Amino acid sequence: MIDLVIPAIVSCIIAFFVVFLTTPPLIKFLEKRNMAVKDMNKKEEVMVVRPGGPSIVLGIIVSEIVLYAFLQLNEIIAIIITTSAAFAIGYVDDRKVMGGWFKPVTLAIAAIPIIAFGAYDTDLAFPLFGEVQIPVLYLGLIILMIPITGNTINSIDVLNGVASGFMVIASFSLSICLFIVQNYEIAIVSLPLGFVSLAFYKYHKIPSKIFPGDSGALTLGAMYGSIAIVGGVEIIAAVALLPAVINSFLFLSSVKKIVEHRQIKGKPVEHTEDFKLKSTDDRTAPVTLVRLILAAGPLTEKQVGIAIFKLTLFSGTLAVITAFLMGVRI
Amino acid sequence: MKKGLYGFLFGMWILMLLGGGIVVTILGPVEVTGYGDVNWFIASVIKAITAIILVVIWILILLKMKNWIFKKEIKS
Repeated sequence: MIDLVIPAIVSCIIAFFVVFLTTPPLIKFLEKRNMAVKDMNKKEEVMVVRPGGPSIVLGIIVSEIVLYAFLQLNEIIAIIITTSAAFAIGYVDDRKVMGGWFKPVTLAIAAIPIIAFGAYDTDLAFPLFGEVQIPVLYLGLIILMIPITGNTINSIDVLNGVASGFMVIASFSLSICLFIVQNYEIAIVSLPLGFVSLAFYKYHKIPSKIFPGDSGALTLGAMYGSIAIVGGVEIIAAVALLPAVINSFLFLSSVKKIVEHRQIKGKPVEHTEDFKLKSTDDRTAPVTLVRLILAAGPLTEKQVGIAIFKLTLFSGTLAVITAFLMGVRI
Repeated sequence: MKKGLYGFLFGMWILMLLGGGIVVTILGPVEVTGYGDVNWFIASVIKAITAIILVVIWILILLKMKNWIFKKEIKS
């Protein structure tokens, strides 16, 4: 345990500062190339550059390579390849409009390195009841997990700072849980995700200077999913991610098919005269987490973000309780 | 509405714990004999199909729970 302290500190510092220092030049580069989109939730004509994925993936790759130099774990290589593949998939989607099938199918392929490196355990651990061995089913779970976590984080990237702030809380919760279940090495491997998200949040928080784009959101989501698999904490990871899972569940159960957000015609949210966010009565619009938060009345973009962060803190607490329950048998 | 969201989140968590119980106590011990080397494979397929059915039931319960919680919240 003690010999893991130095790799942990070094990788966390590198993860944070790589993103913190490379994002401002990336913003300038994207501004020069006019790669900006309108921030729909601002009264004035505000343009925000995207994607921030390159600085996010750079922070992850550099910090994980440093960890590999210390720990020599195959799991780290699998995480780096899967996360990099998710970044590439997201970057293609950032530059070119792809169909609704593109991300789920390609992200499923991105999960293959985890299987190829044997960086998983076929036992699925549940709190209170123990483990179950599901060799064939588990392979399917790996293939499904990366598209689910990637798209889930992408779907919650709707307001300034929400995706990165959400990932800060969810990933640090997951790291705490990995320490609780005494999987110390993967806990250390997971820490850079939280620090990368924290550094990016500095530029993504309201008012955003940069958006993560699909490349950023898929990178964060795929790394989260990879850690859940290699750490053997799939159920705990799902609990920490529940607000985003609810968002995807509400969206899919109202739309009843897999589609891109841009293909939806009905608007779930509109603006009041003072530019607060307000839920619409449009029956064709999908039900989303933001729409439900706004059902009680209009709120500012910042207030909605805080409501989502509070829900994430609640689910993070449930994840920590779940981690403790892993050691309890009934 | 926010109170309903916390309730929905908590309900999902409880359903996950219960689902885990069903998987470990009922699905986990399923074994198949008499098919030689493919016993484990047939058992896995049975477990996979049962797990998918359980997920479908889980989603249906969640849909009911969603309608119940949020309709109640909107009325109040």
